Amino acid sequence: MGMMKLFRIRGGVHPQGRKSLSAGEAIRDLPLPELLHIPLQQHIGQAAEAVVKKGELVKKGQLIAIAQGRISSPIHAPTSGEIVALGRYVAPHPSALPGRTITLRPDGLDAWAELPAPLDPFTCEPAAIAKRVAECGVVGMGGATFPSAVKLDLGQRYTLHTLIINGAECEPYLTCDDRLMREQAADVIDGVRIISRALGVKRAVIAVEGNKPEAIDALTHAAQGLDDVIIQKVPARYPMGSEKHLTQTLLGKETPARGLTAEIGAIVHNVATALAVRDAVRLGRPLISRIVTVSGEAMHNPGNFRVAIGTPIQHLIDFVGGFKVDPERLLLGGPMMGQPLADLRAPIVKGTNGVLALAGLHAQTSGQQGPCIRCASCVDACPCGLVPLEMAGAIRKENMDMATKSGLMDCIGCGSCAYVCPSNIPLVQYFNYAKGKITQTQRAEHKQKETKRLAEARSERMERIAQAKREAMAKRKAEQARQKAEAVTHEDKVSA
Amino acid sequence: MNNTPPPVLVSGPFLKQSPSVSRIMALVMIALTPATLFGLFQFGWPAINLFMVTILAAILSEAACLMVMNRPVRTTLGDGSAVLTGWLLAMTLPPWAPWWIGALGSMFAIVLAKQMFGGLGQNLFNPAMVARVVLLISFPAEMTYFISPHPLIGPDTITFMDGLAITFGYGAPAVDAVSSASVLGYIKTEIGRGVAWTDAFKSALDLQALTIGTKPGSLGETSAPLLLLGGLLLLGTRIITWHIPAALLGAIALLATLFNIIDPARYPDLWVHLLSGATLLGAFFIATDLVTSPVSPLGKIVFGAGCGVLIYIIRTWAGYPEGVAFAVLLMNAATPLIDRYLKPRIYGRTRRGKPLIYEETSK
Amino acid sequence: MTNAVVSLALLGLSLGIMLGFAAKYLKVEAGALVQEIIAMMPGSQCGQCGFAGCNGAAEALVNSQAPITLCPPGGRVLAQALADKLGISTDLSGMEDQVLKVAFVNENLCIGCTKCFKRCPTDALVGANRQIHVVIKDACTGCGKCVEVCPTESLSLRNVPVTLETWHWPKPQPLLLAS
Repeated sequence: MGMMKLFRIRGGVHPQGRKSLSAGEAIRDLPLPELLHIPLQQHIGQAAEAVVKKGELVKKGQLIAIAQGRISSPIHAPTSGEIVALGRYVAPHPSALPGRTITLRPDGLDAWAELPAPLDPFTCEPAAIAKRVAECGVVGMGGATFPSAVKLDLGQRYTLHTLIINGAECEPYLTCDDRLMREQAADVIDGVRIISRALGVKRAVIAVEGNKPEAIDALTHAAQGLDDVIIQKVPARYPMGSEKHLTQTLLGKETPARGLTAEIGAIVHNVATALAVRDAVRLGRPLISRIVTVSGEAMHNPGNFRVAIGTPIQHLIDFVGGFKVDPERLLLGGPMMGQPLADLRAPIVKGTNGVLALAGLHAQTSGQQGPCIRCASCVDACPCGLVPLEMAGAIRKENMDMATKSGLMDCIGCGSCAYVCPSNIPLVQYFNYAKGKITQTQRAEHKQKETKRLAEARSERMERIAQAKREAMAKRKAEQARQKAEAVTHEDKVSA
Repeated sequence: MNNTPPPVLVSGPFLKQSPSVSRIMALVMIALTPATLFGLFQFGWPAINLFMVTILAAILSEAACLMVMNRPVRTTLGDGSAVLTGWLLAMTLPPWAPWWIGALGSMFAIVLAKQMFGGLGQNLFNPAMVARVVLLISFPAEMTYFISPHPLIGPDTITFMDGLAITFGYGAPAVDAVSSASVLGYIKTEIGRGVAWTDAFKSALDLQALTIGTKPGSLGETSAPLLLLGGLLLLGTRIITWHIPAALLGAIALLATLFNIIDPARYPDLWVHLLSGATLLGAFFIATDLVTSPVSPLGKIVFGAGCGVLIYIIRTWAGYPEGVAFAVLLMNAATPLIDRYLKPRIYGRTRRGKPLIYEETSK
Repeated sequence: MTNAVVSLALLGLSLGIMLGFAAKYLKVEAGALVQEIIAMMPGSQCGQCGFAGCNGAAEALVNSQAPITLCPPGGRVLAQALADKLGISTDLSGMEDQVLKVAFVNENLCIGCTKCFKRCPTDALVGANRQIHVVIKDACTGCGKCVEVCPTESLSLRNVPVTLETWHWPKPQPLLLAS
């Protein structure tokens, strides 16, 4: 058990955990569906590019799409089978718009491809670990899906002293990390030590919220005798799992605005990421499945499942027996920061930690929106020191400049403000809308500049062509005049 | 409302804490109840009549405004804010004031100070205090007509019929209501006449009556312990935070103590300021009005301290014996400015908004 | 009485003279303003505004003969900049839902005549003689000049589709005020 001094964070809320619905359910493997739909964009950064063709047969763990650019991640076949389509398919996104997707029909053999040889993390070069993690397509599995290898390289740019492993799992309902820590504590700790080695830090802290005593016990047991891994209980308070706030709780320092936790000497990885890193290094296995919590009052048999990437959500819901009652809300991720699920055909991706079907009292978000009474509950709840009511007021009047000045870009979107608002004002949606709108404006500005540049280049070129034509014309005229003169002289000579 | 699921795309969070606007208003009313019951009991039927008339007028004014503006009447009235405004106004009125004082006050509060600004959440000034100030300036005689307590049960009690006569003004009341000044008014007059704030003066005030509230004063302002109880309830249920009451009471206490030390003969003791007048009602229920006070903790402290300083200044050196309403209104006017300049510090930034810099870690 | 009349008359006279001088000597040169606005315009001379190129539009703007929302390629961003420049306050929220359009080549009809890309003000069409032409969506401003010259009607304007990259959350629905 940990004995670190903890620091208080501002704001935050205490939503009902509702974790008992699925916390008692051991992780089970979900059978493969008929078809797997594997999106090329499952991570933050550039989408991967497919390297397989339609009709190609692939093996489990085979590379099917390669990373593009520095911040990107490759994608591997979750099972063996045939590539039946390369096209567009509904994405796990609130818009339910299609995104580029590889569709794979499993052959049922689940035959592994030849995997890269296991690495010994404690004798190999630290850079080799990051390379392996990049090759295996490991991304942040807490939901942010930032390519993990990029974060393993930060030791070269910053002086790091602490690795923080985020096992807070502060979102209500979700229990996938809890189960993982309970059932695979030794492997998690192995993964943590591998990451420590890659970063070159002497100390790793696994932070778990106090509402998961079994996970803390399992980890403490597995970490016995290790002096470089600390298991630290942290208060159950949302948003404890926000990496900047978890770091502040443990180290007492705030991450600079718009900056990285590395700037204060810490790197944060999720527990599930630690396990994926371990599998990549020790076994050479790429990230092709993940643990998903299926829960909510409307769901039959909530539980935790190991699901192949690309499995349609409908398949998962059918497997647990469908809905008990009509769900009022279908969500991907937790109820605080998760996204509404618009289409059940959408696939599970690397960042999907939960599929929730909420009903009854726990879905009470349809309440009538009222006027802001300036009660300042949102100000008190905001963990980032923002004034949400002022930002929303500016956005309502389309005053994005003022919203930005008030700190819109410092908002982590945790939803604490909207959670406490007595007037049911959809504050988070105002912020999401404004962030999207600002990006759109920047794109439009960029396009306008580009148009101007192109138009100027064109008129310059046209001018050059015209000039060349004029010159050619003048030249031709001069030539003609000369020839004429010559002819005249010739005639003169002849006539002479 | 139909049963089809909402077609609009809504973003999270999809969990909600329970308090709604109407629940907040209800909790404030519950917190007001002990002091109100005490006031109604001790000033008898006229006070009860005035209380009813004031609240009823607030409800009717709100309904009329909503109807004129073609807004939903029932849902907006249901939030309880109009009732609360009327209630707070009634608390600050002389208990035996005629009915039209309450009715006119509620109309001012709702129409002029609230709905003309755009309704709930939009008003710059505390509606109840706007109404009180308008009444005080327009009808100084009625607004400073205080009487000593006539409890519902006891030898001095006013009968129901006499109560009607007093409030609604038909026929002469068959009671010998002795007009008496409020505590603060009395002190102000005496000190103004050159009477020194001596022990004899103090003992005439009866500290015990002052504390319990069995003294002449506004309808709901007399009972310090019950107002404090209500304030603690608001703090406990997190409707208000400690910042405004603490800063307000702290500022008054500081100034009162300071001046009392400088010249004990001219400046009354700390407890007079804290226990009499609208100090406690103002600190917990009026200055803390959510709509018209600043939103950040630091802003609240500045607001509360500003109210406290102004209350003390008005009571001590200005023409009126009591200054809570004026002080709150003045600070209301400063609220947008306070909100603008005293924002919380953003995470990861300095107070001035620049990102924090840690130089030792970057290579 | 006379004092008042005289002093007010003098006051009015002197202020009037000052205003007159101010109007004469502090006048903003229309030409300079037109130049500044020309510099702000996209410069693609597409003519969607109905004026002869961006210069014509800039003059019309300075002479208040055209609304600041006249330029579709410039969109809301330009309209806002023009409003600031010309000191006009307008509500541009109505302008935002204008759907952007880009040219689209129907490959079955294109004969590779190259007429369209000779007309394109932003070089957004590429191709060669007797080869199917392609639109570079990022460079196209949707001015439609190519559509006018296409002999086979293979070019048309289409709405820019919303993709996962460009989608954003809609603005929350306003308060319901009527019952």
